[in-house]
Amino acid sequence: MTPKYLLKRLGQAILTFFVTMTVSFLLYQAMPGGPTEAMRSVILSQSGGSVDIDRLNRMIQLYTNVNPDQPMHVQYFNYASDVILRQDLGTSFFKNEEVTTLIMQRIPWSMFISVYALALGYSLSIFLGVMTAYREKSRFDSTVSSLIIGLNSIPYYIVGVVLIYFLAIQNNYFPTGGRIGSGIAAGYNPEFMLSLVQHAALPAISMGALATSGALAMRGNAVRVLGEDYIRVAQLRGLRETRIATQYLGHNSILPMYTQFMIGIAGVFSSAVIVEEVFAYPGMGLLMFEAVKTQDYPLLMGTLLVFTAISLTAIFIADLTYTLIDPRISVGEE
Amino acid sequence: MSEAHSDTFDLKDLYDEDIDPDPESRADRAKRFLEMNVVAPARIAADDWRALVGGAILAFFLLMGTVGVWLVERPTSGDAPVLAAPFESLAYPLGTDVFGQPIHAQLIHATPGMFKMIFAGAVVSVGFAALVGVVAGFEHGTRIDSFLMTVTDVVITIPGLPLIIVITAIFQPENPYIVGVFLGIDNWPGLARTVRSQVLSIREESYVEASEIMGIPLSSILRRDILSQLMPYVMINGALTSRRIIFESVGLYFLGILPFTTFNWGVMMNLAYEGNALTRPDMLPWMVAPMVCIFLLSFGLVLLSQGLDSLFNVRLRARHANTSKKGTSKNNQSQATGGD
Repeated sequence: MTPKYLLKRLGQAILTFFVTMTVSFLLYQAMPGGPTEAMRSVILSQSGGSVDIDRLNRMIQLYTNVNPDQPMHVQYFNYASDVILRQDLGTSFFKNEEVTTLIMQRIPWSMFISVYALALGYSLSIFLGVMTAYREKSRFDSTVSSLIIGLNSIPYYIVGVVLIYFLAIQNNYFPTGGRIGSGIAAGYNPEFMLSLVQHAALPAISMGALATSGALAMRGNAVRVLGEDYIRVAQLRGLRETRIATQYLGHNSILPMYTQFMIGIAGVFSSAVIVEEVFAYPGMGLLMFEAVKTQDYPLLMGTLLVFTAISLTAIFIADLTYTLIDPRISVGEE
Repeated sequence: MSEAHSDTFDLKDLYDEDIDPDPESRADRAKRFLEMNVVAPARIAADDWRALVGGAILAFFLLMGTVGVWLVERPTSGDAPVLAAPFESLAYPLGTDVFGQPIHAQLIHATPGMFKMIFAGAVVSVGFAALVGVVAGFEHGTRIDSFLMTVTDVVITIPGLPLIIVITAIFQPENPYIVGVFLGIDNWPGLARTVRSQVLSIREESYVEASEIMGIPLSSILRRDILSQLMPYVMINGALTSRRIIFESVGLYFLGILPFTTFNWGVMMNLAYEGNALTRPDMLPWMVAPMVCIFLLSFGLVLLSQGLDSLFNVRLRARHANTSKKGTSKNNQSQATGGD
C-alpha cells in the first residue's frame, strides 16, 4: 500500500488531537473571570476553609495540571507534556481520583454500545440503500425511503425514549436502564452475557438510528451505479441477482460513501453523551454528563480529550481498511 | 448575436451584453424575473409534494412563533389545574403539566427561541462553509487551499457534541442566538468540502474558463457563474443544518446542560423525563407533545431540502417557465442546443 497516504492521515490525526488539547487548554483560560476565579468556588465547596490565593492556585495545579501563576507558554507546555508524556489528565474535583482511571473504567462500556451501534447502523444503511435502489420506484422502495426520511427526522435520543416506553415499560422485553442486572455475578456465564446484551441493546439501537442517516445517500449512489454499463453487462451475462447486488452494485456504491461513514464515526461516538444519560448507562458519556452537572472541569476536559482520541483512532483504523477496499488509493489521491 | 459598437470593443462589455442581448422594457424584464424566480419555482414546488408539505410545516411553525406568541398568553404556574388531560378543555387543548401550565402555550412560546437558534446556527455554519469552500476551491493547489482543508479535516474529526458540551458548560449561554452560534461551530466542515468540490468542478466548465480567458475579473466570475450554481447546495444543506441544530440544541436542553432560562421543547422533555413521565400516563402528554413538535419541524426541513433539490434543478425549472416562447431568452436556447 502507500505509506505516504497513511503517514499523511496519521499526521492529520495527531494534529487534530493537538488542536483539541490546545482548545481544552484555552477553554480553561477563557473561563469567565479566569481559571482561578471560576474554579475557586468549586474547589472551596469541596475542601472548605481557606481562601489563600497561593494555596488555591496550587490546588488548581494539582487538579487540572494548569497553574494560573505561571506565564501562559509555561502553563501550556506543562499541560501538554502532562497529557502526552504522562497520560495525566488531572484529578477529579469530586471523586478524588485520577481522571484517567475514572475514564478507563468506563471506556469498555461505551465502546461496546458504540461499536455495535456503528455496525448495526452502517450495515442497515448500506443494505437498505442498495435494496431500495435495486427495486427503484417499486412499492418497497417508496415505503422504505419514506420510513428512512421519517427516522432521520427523529433525534436519536427520542428514538431511545420511544424504545424505552414501548419495549421496557409497556412490555418488559428490555430493562429501562443500567448496564447489568443486579445480583448477577460477572464472568463467562450465560446469565451475565444475556443481561449484558439486554442492557446494551436499546442504547445501541438508538445510537444506530443516527448512523442510518447515510441510507438515502447510499440509495442515490446505487441508483447512479445502476446506470453503468458494467451492471448491464453483468445482467446480460446472466449472473445471479445477489451477486450483482452485492459485488457489482454494493461494492461500487460504497466507495463514495466511505468518507462520509468515517466522519460519521465521531458523531456516533459522541452521541453516547445523550444516549447514556437517557438509558442511565454508565459509560463515558454519562461520566461526562456528571462532570458537567458538578462543574468537575478536569473530568470534563479529560472526557473531551479521550472522546477525541478514540474517534481519531477509529477513523484511522477505518482509513486502513479503505486502502484495502479501494484499489485506486494506491495510485494517488483525489 | 453580439453587435460591436465600434471596431475596438471591450471584452468586459461584451460579456455584460451577452447576458442581456437586446434591450427590453423594464416591464418585460420584471415579468421575466418574476417568471424565472417566483412563478416557475412555485409551479415546481406545487408539483413536488415534498417541497409543498415541507414548506407548509415550516410556515405553520413560523406562524406559531410569530402570531401564536401574540395570540396565546405566556404560561405561568397555576394557570390551570395541574396535570389536566388533553382534549378536554378549550383553554388547554393539550393538557397541562405538573405546574398547571398549559402545554400548548409552552410549545408556542418555545418556538421563537428555537427559530433564533436555528437562524443563528444556520447562518454561521452555512456562511462559514460557503466562504471556506469557495476560497479553497478558487485557490486550489495553493497553500491557502491546503491550509483551509487541513483546518476543515481537523474540525470534521473532532467529536462535535462533547466539544459543544464543554463550551456550553463553561460559558452557560442564555441568549438563543449565542446558543445557535456555538452549535454552528461543528456544523460547517462537511458543507465546506462539498462547496469546494463544487467550485472545482464548476471551474472546469467551459463557460467559466471562457470568462477567465476573456479577462473578466475574478469577482464577477464568482458572482455570476459560481455563486448562482452553488445556491442550491447551500440552500439544501441549510435545511439539513437546521435540522441538526434542532437535534443538538433540544438534546442539550433535554440533558439539562444549557441553562433553563426560557421555554424550550427540550426543557419540557427534561422536566417530564426527570418526573418519570414515561411510567405515569397522566404526565405523558407533557413529554410527547414536544417530541411531536421536534419530529414535525425536522420532518418539514428534511422534506423541504429534498423538494428544493428538484426545485433548483435547472432543466426542470426551464421546462416550467414560459420565458423561452417569446424568444427573449436566446441564451437559454443556445445553451440548451450547445449542450446537447
